[in-house]
Amino acid sequence: MKLANLPLYLVGAIVFLWTVIPIYHLFVIALSPAQEAVASGLVPKNPTLQNFDLVLGAKHNLVQHFWSQLGTSLFVAVMVSLITLAIGAAANFAITRIRIRGGRTITNIALLTYLIPAAFLAIPMYKIMGTYGLVDSPWSLIFAMVALASPYAIWVMNQASTKIPYELDEAAKIDGAKTMQVFWHVYLPLMAPTMVAIGTYALLLAWNEYLYAFLMLGTESRLTLAVALGNFLAFDDAPWALLMATGIIYALPPTAIYYAFRRYMVSGLTAGAVKS
Amino acid sequence: MSALALPAPAQAPKQELSEETFWGIALLVPYFAVFALFVVFPVLYGVWLGSSPGAYRKLFQDPVFFTTIVNTVVFLLVAVNLKMFIALGLSGFFLHEARWVRWLSVLFLIAWAAPSIPTILSFRWMLNPEWGMVNTLIFKWFGVEGPGWLTERHYGLGAAIMVHIWKSLPFWTLILLAGRMAIPKELYESAGVDGATRWQAFRYVTWPSMRGLYLTCVLLSTIWSLGDFNSVYLLTGGGPIDSTQVLATLGIRYLRMDQVDVSLAAIIVAMPAVIPIVWFMMKRLSGEHVQR
Repeated sequence: MKLANLPLYLVGAIVFLWTVIPIYHLFVIALSPAQEAVASGLVPKNPTLQNFDLVLGAKHNLVQHFWSQLGTSLFVAVMVSLITLAIGAAANFAITRIRIRGGRTITNIALLTYLIPAAFLAIPMYKIMGTYGLVDSPWSLIFAMVALASPYAIWVMNQASTKIPYELDEAAKIDGAKTMQVFWHVYLPLMAPTMVAIGTYALLLAWNEYLYAFLMLGTESRLTLAVALGNFLAFDDAPWALLMATGIIYALPPTAIYYAFRRYMVSGLTAGAVKS
Repeated sequence: MSALALPAPAQAPKQELSEETFWGIALLVPYFAVFALFVVFPVLYGVWLGSSPGAYRKLFQDPVFFTTIVNTVVFLLVAVNLKMFIALGLSGFFLHEARWVRWLSVLFLIAWAAPSIPTILSFRWMLNPEWGMVNTLIFKWFGVEGPGWLTERHYGLGAAIMVHIWKSLPFWTLILLAGRMAIPKELYESAGVDGATRWQAFRYVTWPSMRGLYLTCVLLSTIWSLGDFNSVYLLTGGGPIDSTQVLATLGIRYLRMDQVDVSLAAIIVAMPAVIPIVWFMMKRLSGEHVQR
């Protein structure tokens, strides 16, 4: 350890603590016995896995629908991911490969939708779901999230697609390929990394969403886990240990997926932002 | 007529074109359908629902509305600028090539990677004035009662800002880090040859090439922070007595009170501030797209 590096170590220590403390706290509480969730110190005195057992066995009335809520979260996330990919790839192919007229305008409209904060669209979206008769159905959440995710998908795909030489499409066409053959055999294979990034982005966006889910879903057994977690707060003496244990189980899959696809995610995002 | 001879050769390329154009339009139909049904219609419906003058009268007469405006402005000014300033500094820190810095940068990402609800709730319980870990430890170590982190307006808003920064700092640090890495190393080397201090290297090499990106980030972050519902709603719930509401949570408050028109009015009122920034950003980002 060189003394000159001391400021560096100091910054490192602060960054470490800043990052880890809330997560450490999450684990300390989750490992405390339910009745001792009042943190008495930095280390749990009698660490136990009983909260995880309660959640996974759905043995507490607050987590009795845990598995069906997990199922809803998964269903919504997977559907949003697949539909966003399908809509995004189709639109992107039309804009950048077929080069349809007005493609730029469509891109700009998508970008505009992407930039408007989602929270401002939530209430109108919730009201319109009522008129469509979709409230309390997971499809309301799926459509809402697709509407929010596909503009970003189109924007990122547009940037990736411009890097693929157009000569490839032309060569395929000279060989007699129909438009959709170009789509399946030239475009999609080359766009695969971007598709992974967008699919992951949409999956996580839907899994993590709170506001829209909490507005649009009502029946307890059909909530997503995110909303179920928020609902713990409705109780004056919320069982925090149980809440934190559920929160950890809920957070593990998306965090793991994020880390697994980190390289794709980061490059997709930064490619858009760094160019200025 | 001589025109009879012409259509035949003209037909062939036209038909080829129409196969492509047909698919071009067909492939855009799903996006247009989603856009029309779940963006355009809701917006129009929302504007229509929030178009009664009575709603605006109610909104402007509600003292909570003014508290909310003040909170939102404070939240934006402090959260965005503090976050970006720290992110700019940290991006320099993460430029170091030591292995432990690399590992720390991976760990640092977790705030961004993990879903926000569990971590915000962790903050909420940690900051609980009576039972939370922070005040328990303050009492244990210093023998004094800690402040009411979530039961007092300024602490509550401050805590919401902190949670917001905690969550989004890694993202912006990463963006700015990518910006720093795009600066050619030779510039620093020649600055070093000229005897530039670290501050001078930042001032005359780093900053000039980062300025545009930094502004983009500040504006984007401003719009997105304006829409940060979770950091406030899940931490303080807008309380105590609606003193920490922001524009993103105010609509939900009126919705809960069954005043749909007022809740939409609260959103529409924010639009004159939101739309110009969004428009400007759209121009900026789509312009860059063409430049490459």
